[in-house]
Amino acid sequence: MARVVVDVMLKPEILDPQGKAVHGALPRLGFEGITNVRQGKRFELEVEGEITEDRLVEIRKIAETLLSNPVIEDFAVHVPGPHL
Amino acid sequence: MRIGVVTFPGSLDDVDARRAVRFAGAEPVALWHGDHDLQGVDAVVLPGGFSYGDYLRCGAISRFAPVMTEVVDAATKGMPVLGICNGFQILCESHLLPGALIRNDHRKFVCRDQLLRIENNKTSWTNEYDEGAEVTIVLKNGEGGYVADESTLDMLEGEGRVVARYLGDNPNGSLRAIAGITNDRGNVVGLMPHPEHAVEDLTGPGTDGLAFFTSAIKALANA
Repeated sequence: MARVVVDVMLKPEILDPQGKAVHGALPRLGFEGITNVRQGKRFELEVEGEITEDRLVEIRKIAETLLSNPVIEDFAVHVPGPHL
Repeated sequence: MRIGVVTFPGSLDDVDARRAVRFAGAEPVALWHGDHDLQGVDAVVLPGGFSYGDYLRCGAISRFAPVMTEVVDAATKGMPVLGICNGFQILCESHLLPGALIRNDHRKFVCRDQLLRIENNKTSWTNEYDEGAEVTIVLKNGEGGYVADESTLDMLEGEGRVVARYLGDNPNGSLRAIAGITNDRGNVVGLMPHPEHAVEDLTGPGTDGLAFFTSAIKALANA
């Protein structure tokens, strides 16, 4: 079973209140020196058969259509590690 | 006059929206997210709530519900469509309206009677208001921050497509205090506050919201 990872992040100019909340919690826990936190989403897609260029094109389409909202988010598609 | 209200899994305000339609003098029609059928209605309301649990992004999954094929098709042909709160999020996800709605900048759910200014009274859903009318309508949202890029915001302002704006403190971080917008034709309106909760004195802050629904009836009568 091959796996493709899609990471989705808010565009840099879009406010990320959740990331700010996480960032705000760090000093309270004694962690210093972290200047910013942005929170995103990671999707792991398990695909049948080999990962082909056609399959990656299709997965980019999935990422663009459903997994991300291009108005506020960017996405990146990765194929992790050696896949058999 | 028949106005449909779509129920998605997780819709909360569909019954109130149908009730508001009835108060306004039209016949409310319950529509189901899973049907490819608008039952011949003259207008559609996408109600508030947490459709599909707000999973992925608010409105992201509802956008692909079967009924949305018909809603998008009817909207592009000019049918009046009003999206309230979660319905506004669905309209943005469907690209019927520009921009998007993100988590409130202060990170808290807001629930209050909100003062708004109606800035465009030419739409299918606001023609019964005076231009510049100040109205009080319930606002309740966790992800009501309206965002779009600067050029889109300028375009909306320049074309008079900001339908309603928050007055007083910005309740959710919406850019330029935008509470509602319309498409270029004026038949599709997205609104974060809930006019269906402001249609009678007994259950809301007054009746300032009723004119959204009577406006649609008037728009249809004049069509």
